[in-house]
Amino acid sequence: MKSLAELAAIREKMQNKVNIREGANSTRVVVGMATCGIAAGARPVLNAFVEEISKAGLNEKVTVTQTGCIGICQYEPVVEIFEEGKDKVTYVKLTAEKAAEIVEKHLKGGKVVDEYTIGSVQ
Amino acid sequence: MIRTHVLICGGTGCTSSNSLKIQEAMNAELIARGLENEVKVVLTGCFGLCALGPVMIVYPEGTFYSCVKPEDVPEIVEEHFLKGRPVERLVYHEAKDEDIHHATSLSETAFYKKQKRVALRNCGVIDPENIDEYIAMDGYQALGKVLTEMTPNDVIQTILDSGLRGRGGGGFPTGLKWKFASNNRGQVKKYVACNADEGDPGAFMDRSILEGDPHAVIEAMAIAAYAIGADEGFIYVRAEYPIAVHRLEVAIKQAREYGLLGKNIFGTDFNFDIDLRFGAGAFVCGEETALMTSIEGNRGEPRPRPPFPAVKGLFGQPTVLNNVETYANIPQIILKGVDWFTSMGTEKSKGTKVFALGGKITNTGLVEVPMGTTLREVVEEIGGGIPNGKKFKAAQTGGPSGGCIPADLIDTPIDYDNLIAIGSMMGSGGLIVMDEDTCMVDLARFFLDFTVDESCGKCTPCRVGTKRLLEILDKIIAGNGEMEDLDRLEELSNYIKSASLCGLGQTAPNPVLSTLRYFRDEYIAHIVDKKCPAGVCKSLLQYKIDPDKCKGCTLCARKCPVNAISGTVKQPHVIDTSKCIKCGACMDSCKFKAIYKE
Repeated sequence: MKSLAELAAIREKMQNKVNIREGANSTRVVVGMATCGIAAGARPVLNAFVEEISKAGLNEKVTVTQTGCIGICQYEPVVEIFEEGKDKVTYVKLTAEKAAEIVEKHLKGGKVVDEYTIGSVQ
Repeated sequence: MIRTHVLICGGTGCTSSNSLKIQEAMNAELIARGLENEVKVVLTGCFGLCALGPVMIVYPEGTFYSCVKPEDVPEIVEEHFLKGRPVERLVYHEAKDEDIHHATSLSETAFYKKQKRVALRNCGVIDPENIDEYIAMDGYQALGKVLTEMTPNDVIQTILDSGLRGRGGGGFPTGLKWKFASNNRGQVKKYVACNADEGDPGAFMDRSILEGDPHAVIEAMAIAAYAIGADEGFIYVRAEYPIAVHRLEVAIKQAREYGLLGKNIFGTDFNFDIDLRFGAGAFVCGEETALMTSIEGNRGEPRPRPPFPAVKGLFGQPTVLNNVETYANIPQIILKGVDWFTSMGTEKSKGTKVFALGGKITNTGLVEVPMGTTLREVVEEIGGGIPNGKKFKAAQTGGPSGGCIPADLIDTPIDYDNLIAIGSMMGSGGLIVMDEDTCMVDLARFFLDFTVDESCGKCTPCRVGTKRLLEILDKIIAGNGEMEDLDRLEELSNYIKSASLCGLGQTAPNPVLSTLRYFRDEYIAHIVDKKCPAGVCKSLLQYKIDPDKCKGCTLCARKCPVNAISGTVKQPHVIDTSKCIKCGACMDSCKFKAIYKE
């Protein structure tokens, strides 16, 4: 270790990896991972969220977790996004590509992607 | 891409209840399920809730699982990691508090709510065998700050101002120790040493810190070395702490690889390296002069002080010797500042203290509370009270060097000076809780038996005096005591205290004196009534059968290993007390609670 900068670099790199242990953040992306969700392809959606959020540098703000069956199995994969002080947003029939788009537009840009929400299919 | 972290406790408690098998099973199951790239398994240090081990915590949800068995692993992986449904039956439910069903956030539970984790901050949070995780938690930042921004005197002043006192027992101000050792900086060879020879029965604070956060101790020793002008350090650790030793070895190796130990640390001209020395388990080696004699390769025996180690320590050179927990506080004080540290604790005892809770208590384990927390809060709230509805009788602090705190002093705020005032001492932090079934004479005898074994024999008051004390206690317990024995106990205790060479002998009579002070009536009951009120001392009790309750089932007679019970079927039985060996087998077997002892 020759300088403080070197130490700071390691710290920066690692913090991203361990901050998951500080518990849930204010914004939560909850992926339905019951049998219905998994059968409809929730796994690639979950992985896409984890990856894209990390890429976008949102790890410290957004937590990705799973939940069981929400009850609308015909619309799986279902993902709900909870943000503090806002109504929850329910996205349905997601794919990995749509997940990437949601991270970009909703989580990063702050704009709900209306065409993927439950309102658009009902 | 990792989305879930599973932290499995790899402290001594959980390891002995098979947490390593759980880790193995978890890794295998994750591979079988194709989740090895999504879920990361981390073996950490102690979480503190040892009574419920093996424990694990799953992030980001923060789900806390307790009493996990290797067979539970497939269910956890399938239900929780695959389908997102925590396995309810394994989630830690607080026994008493029905409002909090799941401790989704650990900090909400009664066990953690009143705790303030400073020395234990990384225990149960990071992988102790990964220096990068320590760095992620601001590790080695304090060393960096000290070497690049502070003068050695600044460092000493900071530690002085923080009011940090030695956590190993005596409570000597750490900054003062460093100041004494800092004379002639750069002109004489100096050493920094760490006392990890934790020997009190029932104490495992230092062990857990070394197992959970070894780098904190290494970093702090480097800071101390810079402050006093030393370039070499020793950690004296018990050889019977294999996990701690292993993790220290790994940590020292990693720190050397990163150049955090070695030459020109952080590009400055500061050089420092650490070696381990193993203690063979002699209690006296926890005493500072004996410890240093042992590091030097000699038989672990104390020598008179002064000269104090800060003047003449290891190999005759000035040496700073601090305890593990003391060191674990140092990086935090440097980083967060004096004001932060002094905001915790009481007027003369700043910061927090780690206690190993043991004995008759629900949540056996490791807790860290601000100084000044009352014993009641520790026992009833954090500790979850006494099991089986029994009454709190006393708590022993300071192990064989300390004393007991009786029930009517349970609201005493715990700090160095309060404990001394009531005849006990902080000690290293063992806190053994006793309920009404504990005989205080027997307790004093237990600790004295320990010190008699552990006395090094160098000075007469300790070698012979403690042995004589033990003999008097044995006499009382056997039912042969006389009232004059109480005066003899006190007189001899005071001689031993004032005439012994080192801390071991000077504090050895404390358990006797404090039980005499608070539980004199129990001694008198043993001597005058020839009775042990708690029903512990075998020579003074007799097993009897209540003829009204006995149904004559013959079960006790069949269980009795010495055929001391006689009687015919359906008639009350009788115990022949001359044959009875007081093993208690009859009492345990009786279905009608007809057997009692008095």
